[in-house]
Amino acid sequence: MVNEPVVKGTTMTSSELKEREAKTPAPKLPAPKRSAPKRPGRKTPSQKEAGVLVKDMKESRGMKAFRVFNLAFLLVVVFLTVYPFLNIIAQSFSSEGFINAGRVNLFPMGFNTETYKLILADSTFWNNYGNTVLYTVVATAISMVLTTSFAYAIAKKDLKGRSVFIGIAVFTMFFNGGLIPNYVLISSLGMRDTLWAVVLPNAISVFNLLIMKSFFENMPRELEEAAAIDGLTQYGVLFKVVLPLSKAIVATMVLFYAVANWNSWFQAFLYLDKPELFPVTIYLRNMIAGASNTASSAGGTVENLGQIAANIQSVTIVLTVIPILCVYPFVQKYFFSGVMLGSVKE
Amino acid sequence: MAMRLEVPPETASPAGEPPGQTEKPRNKPGGWKLAIKRDWRLYTLVLLPLAYFVVFRYLPMAGNVIAFRQFHPGGSIFGEKWVGLKYVTLFINDPSFWQAFQNTIILGVLTLLFCFPMPIIFALMLNELRSQKFKKSVQTVAYLPHFMSVVIIAGMILQNFSMTGTVNQIASTVFGTTVNFTQDAGWFRPMYISSEVWQTMGWGAILYLAALTRVDESLYEAARIDGANRWQQTWHVTLPAIRPTIITLLILNIGTFMAVGFEKILLIYNPLNYETSDVISTYLYRVGLESSNFSYAAAIGMFESVIGLTLILSANALSKRLAGTSLW
Repeated sequence: MVNEPVVKGTTMTSSELKEREAKTPAPKLPAPKRSAPKRPGRKTPSQKEAGVLVKDMKESRGMKAFRVFNLAFLLVVVFLTVYPFLNIIAQSFSSEGFINAGRVNLFPMGFNTETYKLILADSTFWNNYGNTVLYTVVATAISMVLTTSFAYAIAKKDLKGRSVFIGIAVFTMFFNGGLIPNYVLISSLGMRDTLWAVVLPNAISVFNLLIMKSFFENMPRELEEAAAIDGLTQYGVLFKVVLPLSKAIVATMVLFYAVANWNSWFQAFLYLDKPELFPVTIYLRNMIAGASNTASSAGGTVENLGQIAANIQSVTIVLTVIPILCVYPFVQKYFFSGVMLGSVKE
Repeated sequence: MAMRLEVPPETASPAGEPPGQTEKPRNKPGGWKLAIKRDWRLYTLVLLPLAYFVVFRYLPMAGNVIAFRQFHPGGSIFGEKWVGLKYVTLFINDPSFWQAFQNTIILGVLTLLFCFPMPIIFALMLNELRSQKFKKSVQTVAYLPHFMSVVIIAGMILQNFSMTGTVNQIASTVFGTTVNFTQDAGWFRPMYISSEVWQTMGWGAILYLAALTRVDESLYEAARIDGANRWQQTWHVTLPAIRPTIITLLILNIGTFMAVGFEKILLIYNPLNYETSDVISTYLYRVGLESSNFSYAAAIGMFESVIGLTLILSANALSKRLAGTSLW
């Protein structure tokens, strides 16, 4: 909620910028049009108009039925979407006996908080949780530096070689080296069992890069030109003029990257063998793998324990999800405006 | 804007920068020397990201040559010596590969059939809601799965479909039996697809909703005057209006057809359902990284990437010709 004004700021600034550039006359046309056909209709209700009215009234029963169905359908969708989350929460507070009897669904049965105490007292869990925080912070910082500087440069329409730079980035969206060559590369760079294997390989998301690029492109050039005349270098323009005006998009990107990094597990799964380096997603994955008895690979520390209680899994899931749920209301809005920005420009 | 007019050139020059450095010569074509002299600071900004792309994106692409070369772990990442099409013929004669290939196609087609249209329907139904507040709340809830780690999703799938999970609770109440969904090969596809729909329906609607907000209201007005009912309005106004979005997303979906949820399958499958759950990417993961047949797996991986690229290029060309919309 605190960030709400900032969100509005995002849309405000971008729309303001667009207005300034007067680039988007097309989407504004509907406004005057919308009212135009109504007026003659009201003044002179022709036979045709009357017919439409009758038809509308006839349909109203069907429409009502549709509305009720629509509402019901969407409510079911909402319920089905939330249900697994509620189920996990219920299980995390239930006793193992009730879960194994298949009696836990929406509400906790045999209320117990012992498992929470157990997990919260587990030093491995906290170590892994700390790793996740560390990886998320470092990876997001690296991603932001790389993405911002590249986006700023390629947003300059008259930078020589610009189209080549863009091409280099965009091509990787459609073709990638694949799992094995990546694995071989990271291993031969000596990054195994280091933080770098987790934070570097996916540092730039081309999707985010393009969103940022289009944001910079929409900035009024006059601002930068004036700053340049004032004696600022291109670095100065970026740091003192452009970035302060880009707080909203920078915040958006930080959230994009942070959520992705918080959730990621596969890089860590591939390249980290030491349990003290694992992020919490691997802690959870090893639990799940242990529980479902997946004949899985290296990296599993809990396989030997066999059946891991659904209760413990649920507790870990809840604890992992909490930070995401806390930022979710903001992230969701930012994501939406980010996607809108990207889709409008492309 | 006004500032530019007010600032006389004299104020700029003492600061050490040539005046109008970013504005004047920009549009003039010039050699690289001139460009670098003028924009060297911008080029320094490009250096690190370019290095990133070269090392972490393009080197692995080149690394695919190990599909045609002998490779020793710890040796050169480009392999030791040429072996020609040895690994390609090896996987072409491998029945496990073809099973994975078949599973990939089936899961890809099912994903396209179920996961592609659902967001469109969902967006259209949301669009019919009168209360904006309710619409917002539905959206907020529906996007939630998109922000969850795939590990958490996998955990939820396995718990809900477990012997004591909700699905079996319902099954035992309604049908009086329980099914071992997570281990029965026959149930893998329904389990995977339903979870995929759950995960993608809400978020997938976001681009359609964005497109729907841009539909010209006067078109509905005109359609109503022409006597179109609600369904006809949807069919003749709404759908054509979001057609470009539909096509764009269809192209993208076809392009990622072969990359069916690798991470998710890796987390939820097990040897008991390989028969239906093993896809190309999980298969190559096992032969490559669990059995250390790097070259063999690289050959399969390359095959997969090439098919992916071909699919997206042809889908794009096809839609350019048939629908006049394309990604590039």
